[in-house]
Amino acid sequence: MSVPRYWREIPRRSRLETVKCSECGTISYPPRARCGKCGSSKFENYKLPEKGELITFTIVRTPPKGFEKMPPYIIGVVKLEDGTLITSQITDVEPEEVNVNMKVEAVFRKVVEDGDSGIIQYAIKFRPVLK
Amino acid sequence: MRKVAIIGTGMTKVDKHWKKSLKELFGQAGIEALNQTNSPAIDALIVGNMCASDLSDQNNIGALLADHLGFVPNTAYRVEAACGSGGAAFLAAYSAVASGMYDVVMTGGVEKLTDGVGGNTTLSLGKAADAEYELFYGSSFVSINAMIMRYYMTHYGVPREAFADFSVLMHRNGSRNPLAQLPFEIKRETVLDSDMISDPITLFDCAPVGDGAAALILCPLEDAKKYSDDFVEVAGISGATDTVDIASRESLLTFKSTVTAADRAYKMARISTADVDVAEIHDTFTITGVLSLEDLGFCERGKFHKMMMNGAFEPGGIVAVNPSGGLKSRGHPVGATGAYQIAELFLQLTGRAGKMQVPDASVGVAQNIGGSGSSTYVTVLRRV
Repeated sequence: MSVPRYWREIPRRSRLETVKCSECGTISYPPRARCGKCGSSKFENYKLPEKGELITFTIVRTPPKGFEKMPPYIIGVVKLEDGTLITSQITDVEPEEVNVNMKVEAVFRKVVEDGDSGIIQYAIKFRPVLK
Repeated sequence: MRKVAIIGTGMTKVDKHWKKSLKELFGQAGIEALNQTNSPAIDALIVGNMCASDLSDQNNIGALLADHLGFVPNTAYRVEAACGSGGAAFLAAYSAVASGMYDVVMTGGVEKLTDGVGGNTTLSLGKAADAEYELFYGSSFVSINAMIMRYYMTHYGVPREAFADFSVLMHRNGSRNPLAQLPFEIKRETVLDSDMISDPITLFDCAPVGDGAAALILCPLEDAKKYSDDFVEVAGISGATDTVDIASRESLLTFKSTVTAADRAYKMARISTADVDVAEIHDTFTITGVLSLEDLGFCERGKFHKMMMNGAFEPGGIVAVNPSGGLKSRGHPVGATGAYQIAELFLQLTGRAGKMQVPDASVGVAQNIGGSGSSTYVTVLRRV
């Protein structure tokens, strides 16, 4: 992945910053040019909550290119406290211990390395909420 | 707008065609389609393909195939909508003929997945998903559908075994299809005991990786008799979209693009689901097939298993579903799949489907999905 392509998504993927429609209040993650609900193109910045609940997940056993060393790893859809859904990796938990409705929280983690000389890509993943 | 007819079709067997290239495959299908007609001049070629630029290092496929089939200097281009490329190309070809822009158009699709090696193919197919917000995290195309399947199972309390029976039905159908990639019957255990790809999806929940090409020739309905003895009317057609990333959707229990496209195509054809005799639906994974049955209006939500076991989706039931074996057994040469579905319905409606024939079929529906429900093309064909 090129550096600019990685870098320009940092506000979203590393800080959970996105936008909220100024007209109807619909939160859009990722940001869109026009609101999918009301069609407005006026948005204000919005920070997503960092806690939520896992609504579904899978354990990847046959990975795409670049992730060969990672399986088994967990991909899930998290419903954040404000209702926004987000796809990410679920980490710090064994695959057999993951379950639907598990409470999770955002954590900053490495996702993948681009070979020996490429960039190391980081992003928000989610882990079970620490007691 | 002019009414449009299909006057000829050609399909290669879906297979691992190690000896044949992208253009050779489409060449074979194209010649077969032309041979069913009296070979009118082709005014335009509009072809679907998804992965050639990744796996065969080839773009500019329209001109490549026009050259191979001797259509130069007429216009030709490729349409891409992931696994829905074939259906999208068909919609573009239909629009071109209906509008009066061109009279005789060849459309179809071609895919050469076995030119890819290992994870390259998985990555290329994965590009149907959102690159920055799904693939970035190591999602594959399978894993996104696996999340939809788990959500469905959790929501309705449907056991994993119910989905295995869908694969069993597809393979029973496909065992009668001479062009199917996997033309054999399987048992429920075949699915349950196969390798786990992305929980809960196992290998036999998935359509196989294969190569293939299908070609279709369209012309104005009023001219069809001039070119061919066998033709069918394209009675309704629509394409619709949804968000590419699944997390942006209101519900993971439906593909809204299918609901919208089906509603519009049925209205255009002036039919209801009760009028449909045969349907070729998009079952990339068993969960995709089940959601498609529901979204097309053939099945009560969450109740597919009981209905399926009572024969609802076989001839004599509500609708004969995937007599070809569907993506699961016929195979899924991604950018060609939508064209296969329509060509198979053409055979059904002209009474030439052999052992797959649904008795007295007069209305057929093809549903071709790109991505995990982000693009859907629904086409209604009617016997003339």
